[in-house]
Amino acid sequence: MANQTTETLKRTPLYDMHVDLGARIVPFAGYEMPVQFPMGVMGEHTWTRTHAGLFDVSHMGPCFLTLEEGIGGGDEAHAAISALVETLVPSDIAGLKQGQARLTVLLNAEGGILDDLIITRPIGDDAQGSLYIVVNGAVKHQDWEIFETALAGKAVLTRADDRILFALQGPEAVDVMSDFFPGCEELAFMHHMPFELNGTRCIVSRCGYTGEDGFEVLVSAVAGVPLVEEMLEDTRVRPVGLGARDSLRLEAGLCLYGHDMDATRDPVEAGMAWVIQKTRREAGNFPGAARILAALKDGPAEKRVGIRPLERAPAREGTEIEIDGKTVGVVTSGGFGPTVDHPVAMGYIAAAHAAPGTKVDLMVRGKARPGEVVALPFVPHNYKR
Amino acid sequence: MATYYTEDHEWISVEGDAGKVGITKYAAEQLGDVVFVETPDVGKTVKKGDDMAVVESVKAASDVYAPVSGEVTEANAALADAPETVNESPEGDGWFCVIKLSDTGELDGLMDEAAYTAFCKGL
Repeated sequence: MANQTTETLKRTPLYDMHVDLGARIVPFAGYEMPVQFPMGVMGEHTWTRTHAGLFDVSHMGPCFLTLEEGIGGGDEAHAAISALVETLVPSDIAGLKQGQARLTVLLNAEGGILDDLIITRPIGDDAQGSLYIVVNGAVKHQDWEIFETALAGKAVLTRADDRILFALQGPEAVDVMSDFFPGCEELAFMHHMPFELNGTRCIVSRCGYTGEDGFEVLVSAVAGVPLVEEMLEDTRVRPVGLGARDSLRLEAGLCLYGHDMDATRDPVEAGMAWVIQKTRREAGNFPGAARILAALKDGPAEKRVGIRPLERAPAREGTEIEIDGKTVGVVTSGGFGPTVDHPVAMGYIAAAHAAPGTKVDLMVRGKARPGEVVALPFVPHNYKR
Repeated sequence: MATYYTEDHEWISVEGDAGKVGITKYAAEQLGDVVFVETPDVGKTVKKGDDMAVVESVKAASDVYAPVSGEVTEANAALADAPETVNESPEGDGWFCVIKLSDTGELDGLMDEAAYTAFCKGL
């Protein structure tokens, strides 16, 4: 780990705005990011579930992967760029419709997860041959190097992390967004549309990581700062920091890379086998296919599950899970869920004990506390299908 | 009765050889919404600087250190069902425990209110 006092931290184009809004700033993924605003984690969490929370996620890794010969060429060009990317991910990219996006995972040769990412197919025959990809901030340099090395001479990677990427999440997000981007309310979950804003192109996607309906917007820094400032003037919108982002995604049962999945875990044990579509399973042509197909057939040795501590003490990351004094698993994310008003956690447990309702002991500070395996998510998803 | 403060943001309000202990308003504000408090068991002997209690916010768990050595004679049971009291009244109803001091001389190493206020300003 780099020493945080010597590490040079970057700032997103919205940094000054965060400071003006009274944010508490912390180092995160190489950036100075707001962990919470004066409203506080609990308030920001609840606001997002009931109104609309605005998240700066410009530290993430938006990028474009484009055929060396350039865009244009309709379905044939999409097939060509998809064939390249599918050597690295196990999802059906070729089968994406124009405007559609998919969550997938970047795999190492052993089938371990190097990152989770969203891949979007652009709209319009003249735009084919390119993919819009958003990877996690903490590992973006690793991911980009993998793309560039594997696809050298065939495709070009263009970083877009000098722009603003922000999310507006919550049940009122759609009403706010349609004031700024008329027509975006028609988008279904995991679909996008391009928009012109003051002469710059932005990408509006209906997705997010809170379990709520919402949008993510990629926009230039120059057009994005006034856009976000204007959006925050809407009484339905409040800025939300990393603290509530974490509690929201945990309640929604969504994985945080580096915690709930990493290079030692394959998509099957991580509960993400659904990212591997049928065509890819049949073809078996992705990194680590032997391990992953075996796990699909025989079931994984461990499974990612929801854990509900039955008392008020949260079980944090690293908490050992025991049954009859034997360690059977470990908590990988844990905290307090403001919407369920109770501690919530997720972690990995031996497959034999993974059934919902299984009683476990959570070893919190050396003391066994009762817990139960539960189905995820803790709060139902509210996506626009 | 006199109140003393530590650099780790605990306070101790001493009467005779007994001190009521909690975390300061500054600490409570830094932590944010408190969702769980683990107070020490009554009868436990603590040494100055020991992990004595745990206070948890939505995001993280933080240790609370014993400001003095002694024996825990009382713990604030009300925090079990109302941990938010630590935010609402950190230096009042949100107290953690009472310690019977084994060495009142340890108080000399702590800050008074003026010194603690100046200490926080420097953070």
